[in-house]
Amino acid sequence: MTETEVFLQQVIYGLSNGMIIALVALGYTMVYGIVELINFAHGDVFTLGGFLALTVVGALGAAAILDPNTLSDSSHWLLLVGLVVTAGLFCGFLNVAIDKVVYKPLRRAPKLTQLVAAIGVSFILVNIALFWGGAPMEVFGGGNAAAASKDFPEILEGSNLLGEDSNVVLRLEDLAIFVITIPLMIGLTLFVNRTRLGRGMRATAQNPIAARLMGINTDRVIAATFLIGGFLGGAASVMWAIYNNTISFQMGFRAGMDAFTAAVLGGIGSLPGAMIGGVLIGLIRAMSDQYIETRWTNVVVFGVLILILVFRPSGLLGLKQREKV
Amino acid sequence: MKHRIARTAATLLALAAPAVLGTAALAADALANSVKIVSSLPRTGSANAQTTSMVNGIKMAIAEVGGKIGDTTILYEDWDDASPQRGNWDPAVEAQNADKAIADTSVVAYIGTYNSGAAKISMPKLNTAGIVMVSPANTASGLTKAGLGEANEPAVYRPSGKINYFRVVPTDDVQGAVAADYAKEIGLKKVFILNDREVYGKGVAGAFEARAKEIGLEIVGTDGLDAKASNYKSLVTKIKQAGADLVYFGGTTQTNAGQLAKDIVSGGLKAKLIVPDGCYENAFIEAAGAKALQDRCFITFGGVDPKLLKGKGAEFYENYKKTYKTEPEGYAVYGYECAKAILAAMERIHKAGGKIDRATVLAEVGKTKDFQGALGTWSFDENGDTTNRTFSVNTVKNGEFSTVKVVQ
Repeated sequence: MTETEVFLQQVIYGLSNGMIIALVALGYTMVYGIVELINFAHGDVFTLGGFLALTVVGALGAAAILDPNTLSDSSHWLLLVGLVVTAGLFCGFLNVAIDKVVYKPLRRAPKLTQLVAAIGVSFILVNIALFWGGAPMEVFGGGNAAAASKDFPEILEGSNLLGEDSNVVLRLEDLAIFVITIPLMIGLTLFVNRTRLGRGMRATAQNPIAARLMGINTDRVIAATFLIGGFLGGAASVMWAIYNNTISFQMGFRAGMDAFTAAVLGGIGSLPGAMIGGVLIGLIRAMSDQYIETRWTNVVVFGVLILILVFRPSGLLGLKQREKV
Repeated sequence: MKHRIARTAATLLALAAPAVLGTAALAADALANSVKIVSSLPRTGSANAQTTSMVNGIKMAIAEVGGKIGDTTILYEDWDDASPQRGNWDPAVEAQNADKAIADTSVVAYIGTYNSGAAKISMPKLNTAGIVMVSPANTASGLTKAGLGEANEPAVYRPSGKINYFRVVPTDDVQGAVAADYAKEIGLKKVFILNDREVYGKGVAGAFEARAKEIGLEIVGTDGLDAKASNYKSLVTKIKQAGADLVYFGGTTQTNAGQLAKDIVSGGLKAKLIVPDGCYENAFIEAAGAKALQDRCFITFGGVDPKLLKGKGAEFYENYKKTYKTEPEGYAVYGYECAKAILAAMERIHKAGGKIDRATVLAEVGKTKDFQGALGTWSFDENGDTTNRTFSVNTVKNGEFSTVKVVQ
């Protein structure tokens, strides 16, 4: 492999991983922007999305609609979109339910209380994922050892699009991430900037009391925020699953950590900030793996974060805001 | 209400009646005449299938002596040293387990740990307390042998100056060498060595590296990976650029060996993968997917496939299948052998008319010599290691482990 090929390859991997991180980061940043809560449970909502997707694929396999032996021979775009929507809706409504049951009663409580509640929800969800993993999903060789990493079947054909002899590998799953993530991001931006509810969101983010005085139903805005954030997390979990071909009950931990870092890096509360932050972290990881050493990658990522926060305390695109926890 | 009155009356009666008191004393007597063996293994996390199989092995060994040596009842408790947060062994939990064992005076033997890193934590504690510790699965060389691990090993684990730690598995200095020799044998030349930055993984990768240098394999790179990373595609690209035809990973299923195997395939890296015994469990095949391992991955293991065990080992295999209706995992027989060695020591104490307690069990386990067990005939040497040196090299065929070579 020549230096250029290596660089190109790392850019592809960096962007693909980064896009997934960005999708998750949007969920953090949106919720933070509206209710000023760092929703630590978001990463685990993402995990459950992955498990739902595997269960759906397993059920389709059990119902003989999908054949485990030939599944990876061709590409199932329809299935992919179906999974993104199903997992997205599931995570969206789960997120709304969590808000209703846990965060809403605590809305006026000190910020720290909400934060601790979020961590508690995170633990509960991790354990639900652990139980879920114990459910039999053996159709695609997933096994039913609760805590084992599960093999997620390939639903996109896995050959190299640049030809089998090419040193640079670009697979359908890399493309799928772009094809699905970019429209989602554009859609979100349009939604927030162009629709009535989106305007309500922006208003609530700026000043919830004034928004309420102007007749905005802030409860509805908050629910919509959790729904959309959760939807993006669910979509990300499917992308993650088809990209890594593995899901595990702990996948939300690292994904959540990276995404949270991305949200802070980009300026928490800022949507384009989360997108840029996610892609940036993906790229930094890839470049550090290649040009420094994998063992230093986490140090590099957080080193960059610290550097940026020293010079721009509110992140790359963050605005000076009211005091938040 | 009626219920509560009845219960209060019963309690009063129990307190008053001397007959009941007598029975209680008898029960206490029986308890006094019992000793406890505990095991500390990662029961939460993907090692669960493996450790369940090991616990079954221990239970079988105790059941075979009828749960009694002489008139001493042998109790057994299965402790978890993992936490859901880590999904793997947890230093805090292992430390708690060791303290719990020390505090409970009826505990005379501690079977564990599974992970070498965990052993580092409980070894000095149990050594000070004088409780014998027998590991069914720790393979890090430094735990018992000087000069192979850190400079202060193994003295740091033996504050009392005595040896209380024994193991029934051969160590990583041998395992790493077996892997390197096999790589050379199948004609591989350039190796990229990875480890998971844990005690076990680093140890075995180091042993592999030392042997690889000796026998002239070219080392094109080394790195430590992040066990919680979502994928290793970028790392695989780096390995590809280095031109490796072999990746050696010192790590376990729990430290993401399955993901690494997948990314080697998806990244278009045409290299073989060799991993140590921490991956010799079905969870590894499940995590990696059989397709990613087929004809590509080799797993070394300090023993042989349970199906290939001979003599008492074959009896164990048959009994295990009969009792639990499943195939034993690779380490089940080691759990069994640990318990067997401890029980045999207790039996010798009983025959000599001694009392079974911490001190006598510790002394007697150390004297295990020419023990005829399921793993063949072996002894504990002066370091506490087994004299058994059997290793096998396995691959994955159609989703199942299949042995390609046995090294004695």
